[in-house]
Amino acid sequence: MSRSWNDLDIARYVSAILRGGLLLSAVITALGGVLYLMRHSGDTVAYRTFVGEPPHLRSVVGIVQGAARGDAPAIIQFGLLLLIATPIARVALALLGFYLERDRRYVAISAVVLIILVLSLLGRV
Amino acid sequence: MTLIILLGGFAAGLLGALTGLGGGMIIVPLLSIGLGVNLRYAIGASLISIIATSSGAAAAYVREGFTNIRIGMFLEIATTIGALIGAFIAGLVSTTFIALVFAAVLTYSAYLSLRPRVEHVSVADSHSWSRALRLDGTYPTPEGEQAYGVQRVGTGFSLMLVAGTLSGLLGIGSGAVKVLAMDQAMRLPFKVSTTTSNFMIGVTAAASAGVYLRRGYIDPGLSFPVVLGVLAGSFVGSRLLTRAHPRRLRQIFAVVVLLLALEMVYKALTGSL
Repeated sequence: MSRSWNDLDIARYVSAILRGGLLLSAVITALGGVLYLMRHSGDTVAYRTFVGEPPHLRSVVGIVQGAARGDAPAIIQFGLLLLIATPIARVALALLGFYLERDRRYVAISAVVLIILVLSLLGRV
Repeated sequence: MTLIILLGGFAAGLLGALTGLGGGMIIVPLLSIGLGVNLRYAIGASLISIIATSSGAAAAYVREGFTNIRIGMFLEIATTIGALIGAFIAGLVSTTFIALVFAAVLTYSAYLSLRPRVEHVSVADSHSWSRALRLDGTYPTPEGEQAYGVQRVGTGFSLMLVAGTLSGLLGIGSGAVKVLAMDQAMRLPFKVSTTTSNFMIGVTAAASAGVYLRRGYIDPGLSFPVVLGVLAGSFVGSRLLTRAHPRRLRQIFAVVVLLLALEMVYKALTGSL
């Protein structure tokens, strides 16, 4: 095991990425929320019956395109997407850390978790 | 409407942080029973908010050295697979079925929160898997670093599969099942099991949230006040924690949760959910 990189380093970076991701997504979500309230506060909302979101608010590509256009619901959705991405980034970072520690078994374990997470977000279930 | 949801989220986050039992079990009934939100939207918003609270709390615990990252990562294989199974089942069954399972989990959690937690820490004779996977660890105590071993890894892993499935189906952190797996089966010290369980909740919820997002269960107008409210509530809650009485709070929590369970069963059976 390498002395220059250990589990404490992984812990420090994991902590930083969780904090940073959370902060960034909270700011973007709040920003989108304020815009949403300014533009849509008069809308009647019907959450009682389930209709599902329109396609552009369901896919990563659609959300990013909508947010770039300044569409308020898409900006909120982008903030929420960053929130979902935060634990995913944490797993990717730990994978890198275990690689630097030359701990092959944990590189494999982290890779399995990472693949499951990416498939859930991008797959077609 | 947005303001009410924001305040409701705040209350759920506050209670979740103070009792250490997570906001999901409060936020879903609050939105569905209290505000008449469809159960699928409520679960979507709850999943998103538990990613937020888990990330915030985990950031602190990981740095303090309580969280066992290896145990977390290994068990996340089970919880994420479970989360996908749960999210898949959620798409097949009726909201009545989901509500009944939810009520059962609420009841069980109320029971667990009233029972005294017994700590069994083992130092020697770890499970052979634990040695192979380097799961044994140390954690800080007032008397210095304390070493601990890990027992029954297979049982813990199987229970985590169940915890993940419930999380993906119901939009909760499944803290109660995780405690069962880590305290009872694997015999981890409380501080380690609580913080590692919290660490895993974000990844578990992210796995099912991806599926929920693609299915259109995550509504931006509903989710943003829920997430921001829960986040603010849990932040305040964690600051108040040193002055609170966890035992009394757990009793209050158990009563609230039992009432919610009854209401949920009633609404599910009368078809008004």
